[in-house]
Amino acid sequence: MLKRSLMHGTRTFRVAIRALGRNKMRSFLTALGIIIGVGAVIAMVSIGEGAKRGIEDRFASMGTNLLFVSPGSRNVRGVHSGFGSFQTLKAEDAAAIEELPAVMFVSPAVNARAQVVYSNKNWNTSIQGTGARYPEVRAWDVEFGSYFDESHVRAAAKVCVLGADVKQNLFEDEDPVGQVVRVKRIPFKVLGVMKRRGESGGFGSRDDMIAVPYTTAMRRLQGIDYIQSVDVRAVSAALMPEAQRQIEELLRVRHRIAPGAEDDFQVRNMSEIAETAAESTKIMTILLGSIASISLLVGGIGIMNIMLVSVTERIREIGIRMAVGAREKDILLQFLTEAIVLSLIGGLIGIGFGIGSSRLIKKIQMFSSMNTVVSVESVLLAFFFAAAIGIFFGFYPARKASRLDPIEALRYE
Amino acid sequence: MAQNIIELRDLKKTYCIGETEVNALRGVSYAIEEGDFLAIMGPSGSGKSTLMNILGCLDRPSSGEYILDGEEVSRLDKNRLAGIRNQKIGFVFQSYNLLSRTTALENVELPLLYSSVNGKDMTERALAALASVGLTDRSHHKTNQLSGGEQQRVAIARALLNDPTLILADEPTGNLDSRTSSDIMNIFKTLNEDKKITMVMVTHEPDIAAWARKRIYLLDGLIVREERD
Repeated sequence: MLKRSLMHGTRTFRVAIRALGRNKMRSFLTALGIIIGVGAVIAMVSIGEGAKRGIEDRFASMGTNLLFVSPGSRNVRGVHSGFGSFQTLKAEDAAAIEELPAVMFVSPAVNARAQVVYSNKNWNTSIQGTGARYPEVRAWDVEFGSYFDESHVRAAAKVCVLGADVKQNLFEDEDPVGQVVRVKRIPFKVLGVMKRRGESGGFGSRDDMIAVPYTTAMRRLQGIDYIQSVDVRAVSAALMPEAQRQIEELLRVRHRIAPGAEDDFQVRNMSEIAETAAESTKIMTILLGSIASISLLVGGIGIMNIMLVSVTERIREIGIRMAVGAREKDILLQFLTEAIVLSLIGGLIGIGFGIGSSRLIKKIQMFSSMNTVVSVESVLLAFFFAAAIGIFFGFYPARKASRLDPIEALRYE
Repeated sequence: MAQNIIELRDLKKTYCIGETEVNALRGVSYAIEEGDFLAIMGPSGSGKSTLMNILGCLDRPSSGEYILDGEEVSRLDKNRLAGIRNQKIGFVFQSYNLLSRTTALENVELPLLYSSVNGKDMTERALAALASVGLTDRSHHKTNQLSGGEQQRVAIARALLNDPTLILADEPTGNLDSRTSSDIMNIFKTLNEDKKITMVMVTHEPDIAAWARKRIYLLDGLIVREERD
């Protein structure tokens, strides 16, 4: 029984291939709709996946036991201003946080953008004021030279550490350690260069920065007496909630916030931020994927269109087949198989096309910060979607063919 | 006396064309014996095509009985009728009705696609059928490369494939010249005499009808005359 149905299956398949082969150009154009649809779905989803992977890598490299303390939003008579509008977070707060039992290291942050000058070259980059523990907090080591230490921070010393991009742009192959760069006309002695961390999912390079002591950034570069945020590394991932609770308690006391009043600061942990970022890339992936799916749908309608034309053209053939004993089911299966074979062939070529274009996107210089990842799921999904479209859009024409009256069909001119 | 392969009892067929009813067959009773060679004649509109369609299990009568090879088939559903066409009936049409852009061999194999015969037997039987109509050397030609007479012989080979109880020919020589026509009729005669296949043929040409051993004349949906050699 199984052998018989298998035999019938391969026979129906052969008949379908032969019928499609009789009209190669038309079959190809019909499949093209599916090829483009499947290809677009795979390429678009790979862009979304690439962004997601980039964000995940970025967060994973920083470690999960990281907390960020930032000033809260100001609420003046019901009007909220944005985060960071408070100037209440001070360097002393950061020092007090470091004393907490659940906290390992802290690094205050004071960031700005500025032009960095070395001899006749200059470069616009992010100037990140950090604490001496920044490499430990962010799990980011120095490649050569050294990071500045507590004494540099205390003295608001004019020293800096370069990100790999800045080093490349200003010094090329020269050794920068011991050289002097200028930021806002202030000379900074280069102590070291950070390890390259690479591009990350469309957010620009993380190596395009220089680090200076946060005290220097506050007093010499920005002229402010508050810090913008504090990066905190908890003792362990398990102690994250405890560290968060301790920080909140401490800051409420230090900032003299009455019970029941709103905090003037905000503590967020890494996994929350990672989740938010992952959520937004997921939405992007779904959006890109669904736009591409529309072209797959249009391809399916193309199949239905061609199959309807094909049924009309082949009414006499259908009549002949019925006369020699084809049942309704046989005719239905034959036309359905043709539609499915068309969309599956289209689907297979489309997978190749999609993988190819996602590689191409990765290579093109214009999108240099864009990573693409072709996932097995997206390939399988697109392929089964193509097959489903073949069945769905092939069914109506096939049923129409199978319902023909053999006498009428044989007489059809 | 030979057994009756077909028995028709008071067959009636009524079509509704819009509001008007057309009585294509108004009570046909007839028996065809195994090994008969029958010609059905009559002017157009006499009901011979309708009778042919019913005999070929392509259509069902409105009333009456049709017993084919001992089985009452007039009330069977479409799928069962398809099975009977496949196993018991071979068709030969005026316009050959072959698949175009397809080889003679594949055309002949067609009925086996819808029965349970494996691929190798299929080709063997199709080649044997082509040989019996003298077309072995044409088996891999596409049908549009064949002459009218050759095409009709391919159609006959196809009709022979499932060892039918009955071959139904509808104006089989209508598109052929007189020499080719007699070739085709010779094939029918040989099949009928040597293989004892029952032949039923619709024609309006008296000299073609003369090849048959019995002739019935239809007029307005009734058999009005029978001739036997």
